[in-house]
Amino acid sequence: MPAIAVSGLTKRFKDVTAVDAIDFAVPRGVTAALLGGNGAGKTTTLSMLLGLLLPDAGSVRILGEDMRRHRFRVLPRMNFSSPYVDLPRRLTVRQNLLIYARLYGLDARRERIATLADDLKIVPFLDRPTGDLSAGQKTRVVLAKALLNEPELLLLDEPTASLDPDSGDWVRSYLETYRARTGATILLASHNMGEVERLCSEVMMMRQGRIVDRGAPQELIDRYGRADLEEVFLDIARGTARESALLGAP
Amino acid sequence: MTPAAEEDSPRWRLAHDIGGGFSPGRVWAMVLRYLYLLRTSWPRALELIYWPTIQMILWGFMSQFLMTNSTWVARAFGVLIAAVLLWDVLFRGQLGVSMSFLEEIWARNLGHLFVSPLRPYEWVLSLIVMSFIRVLIGVVPAMALAIPLYHYSIFSLGIPFIAFFANLLVMGWALGLMITALILRHGQGAESIAWLAIFVLAPVSAVYYPVTILPPALQYLAMTLPSAHVFEGMRAVMFEHVFRWGDFFAALALNAVYVGLGAAAFLHAFRGARRRGALLQVGE
Repeated sequence: MPAIAVSGLTKRFKDVTAVDAIDFAVPRGVTAALLGGNGAGKTTTLSMLLGLLLPDAGSVRILGEDMRRHRFRVLPRMNFSSPYVDLPRRLTVRQNLLIYARLYGLDARRERIATLADDLKIVPFLDRPTGDLSAGQKTRVVLAKALLNEPELLLLDEPTASLDPDSGDWVRSYLETYRARTGATILLASHNMGEVERLCSEVMMMRQGRIVDRGAPQELIDRYGRADLEEVFLDIARGTARESALLGAP
Repeated sequence: MTPAAEEDSPRWRLAHDIGGGFSPGRVWAMVLRYLYLLRTSWPRALELIYWPTIQMILWGFMSQFLMTNSTWVARAFGVLIAAVLLWDVLFRGQLGVSMSFLEEIWARNLGHLFVSPLRPYEWVLSLIVMSFIRVLIGVVPAMALAIPLYHYSIFSLGIPFIAFFANLLVMGWALGLMITALILRHGQGAESIAWLAIFVLAPVSAVYYPVTILPPALQYLAMTLPSAHVFEGMRAVMFEHVFRWGDFFAALALNAVYVGLGAAAFLHAFRGARRRGALLQVGE
């Protein structure tokens, strides 16, 4: 049973079709990515996977549960991080993490926060208001929130946005270690092609609400005859890909 | 930097199966979130106490003046002070729900909250608990201060005071839920409704005068509001020394209807917000 199984998923906003009848599955224990330019439908897709947005058609099954009917069975087993969704700014980092630890029904909350704070190097600002932190520090705090319940499925929207190269590299290493240790599934939306090449075994390319191609990063690079994933991304985003490259057409 | 290895022991795993139903722990988590905010922001705490106290002082002086110029006030000195204090229970009760809700909108935190196991009704319950706490913080000091300042204690109403207080508080919750539904539907642009909506009801609630003063059409309208029954009941206790059970039960029944409508409006607006994707984007 895959961690994520999406079938015919569609979302329209008035006369704009943001996501157009997409199908995909992400096996358990892998890291996969949704790639695409601005407005391709990545965030809309992530929002529907999270249950924040109701689809107009299609189904989403997460960890075997139908998200429309049994969302609350699966929400405790997944989590989400995005640099574009804030945590309360006036509360300290520790207060925010304590609240979310309670919301996820965690036992040994302070111990869990201490471990994560140590791992994610946020100990020095645990007692500072979250709104006073730099963008990079906030990214690590939101990641700590996303890992509180040790999720089986982690959805990440641009996990290393605003991080300097060293911190970005460190977060990527952390995610690799986390996946290897827990067997979790990670789905990320990212514009950082190097990150996707390094972390992901499966990539889904989106354009105008549709998945126009998918495969392992190296497989896509070979099929498009490009040097790296960034060139493949540009081909697809600009619609300049050769017809024969799309979805492996003969 | 290299990532530190985490301990293998899963002792911070879920304390219990939280895929089930209602969880008081999650309600408490949200109450704690609003209490942390009050604790770290003295202007928010001061604002709670400021207006009820100023209103009480103003109407206290007015009562002292009218004591010698109005036979109506002379028959029951505290009638205007009791009215303004009870009106503030309604106003603060409504604000308690809608302001705590607005804190989440301002914080842009809804996206994180609703990918957690928090149920919408648990959130509503936490807003209601916070409303009660905010009313206690805001109105009780003003009630206590009226005793040394004007030698009037609203607590002298006795048991009926609890009935009036409870009915107005519940009506405030119902209105607060309706207002949060409007903000969820129309975004932060509808925020001013949270401050203004209640004042539309003030004239027909007959806070400072009997319902019979109103034109006949408005009298009918007043009888559909729990608040009008409460203030009529309050004056009956103060002037006639009787507790009107009819007004009490009418307020209770109307409140049941209003709370039902408020909850339905909120849940409908919440579902609409999920349909439009507003939980991630709600703002201006």
